[in-house]
Amino acid sequence: MSKKNWPLWEVFIRSKQGLSHKHAGSLHAADEKMAIENARDVYTRRMEGVSIWVVESKHIHASNPLEQGELFEPANDKVYRHPTFYDIPDEIGHM
Amino acid sequence: MANLTKEELFQAKIDAEIKIEPKDWMPEAYRKTLIRQISQHAHSEIIGMLPEGNWISRAPSLRRKVALLAKVQDEAGHGLYLYSAAETLGVDRADLMNDLVTGKAKYSSIFNYPTLTWADMGAIGWLVDGAAIMNQVPLCRCSYGPYARAMVRVCKEESFHQRQGYEIMMTLSNGTPEQKAMAQDALNRWWWPSIMMFGPSDADSSHSAQSMAWKIKRFSNDELRQRFVDATVSQAEYLGLTLPDKDLKWNEERGSYDFGAIDWDEFWNVVKGNGPCNRQRIKARQKAEENGKWVKEAAMAYAEKRRKRQQKIKTQEAAKAA
Repeated sequence: MSKKNWPLWEVFIRSKQGLSHKHAGSLHAADEKMAIENARDVYTRRMEGVSIWVVESKHIHASNPLEQGELFEPANDKVYRHPTFYDIPDEIGHM
Repeated sequence: MANLTKEELFQAKIDAEIKIEPKDWMPEAYRKTLIRQISQHAHSEIIGMLPEGNWISRAPSLRRKVALLAKVQDEAGHGLYLYSAAETLGVDRADLMNDLVTGKAKYSSIFNYPTLTWADMGAIGWLVDGAAIMNQVPLCRCSYGPYARAMVRVCKEESFHQRQGYEIMMTLSNGTPEQKAMAQDALNRWWWPSIMMFGPSDADSSHSAQSMAWKIKRFSNDELRQRFVDATVSQAEYLGLTLPDKDLKWNEERGSYDFGAIDWDEFWNVVKGNGPCNRQRIKARQKAEENGKWVKEAAMAYAEKRRKRQQKIKTQEAAKAA
């Protein structure tokens, strides 16, 4: 039964010009055109968007939560990547 | 940290208010509880469209009609946000829908009561949506990320539902004696089912303790029910209507209203499928599924045909270029 079902799409909405698209949720649709039409009805009933992206969910590749440590922890001890790591005298002013 | 079990690590995250996201490890029972709760919630939104859909074509003015139409459309949307959240747990929407139409899955019992007059649209918005909001606001802080995010959207949209319902009740209460009587009659019929919406009392609620520990639930059924009663009494007074409970009175010591005993036999009877409209609601969903089946299949076939045609054009162009 589930083979004939409409595939799942992830929906991304740009709330206004100048901002990036943000994940809003998912929906089922037969093709990309219907996915955009449905996304409009489901996720932008109150002027939440000016642009919609849809991506078939199966095309999204995600990092593995089990690898969260090895992927992201190395950044923790690299404080020298932040401007506050460097001592600049106050009289220099904003830098 | 190293010698903690998976379960202990999971609970430590919950205790630290770190949200659980779809691909994170979670106990099977947590996943199952969420699938059950979120899908029931989604089904409630979808079934909830039926009693109100009943009045769209008979709304007394265009203003009332566009509002009711928008409310029912929101409910479809809320159902979809929730199915979408449930699917992140690894279930398929078609299977969830199948559980609904075969009677395997439950939905909120309140929607098994009939909508007899226009005043029911007022009472439902005011009381049923009011009780739903009371339940849903704490769910915005639920430990499962996708459910919490869906609830934020739902809650934002739902406050209009309650306000439009109360406005209908105000108009009727300030109208002719017949209109006021109609509002009172609707209140009489919807009051008890509304306060039953919070579920069985804490002593009889089988899932509560674990759900609280997992922070799926933040407050007990009885706590939320009490809050709802306390919030609603003055709203009824303002309308000049009487809540149908002779035991309702202010308790100075508790700083809350005492209210009469709930007829739990009626509650369980409706849960078990014997309410006034259980069969009618399921039948309506079955009919929608059956009648919509060919549309789904045709859309899929059309999409497939289009894909093939585009593929063919691409291949031809590639051959030409080469």
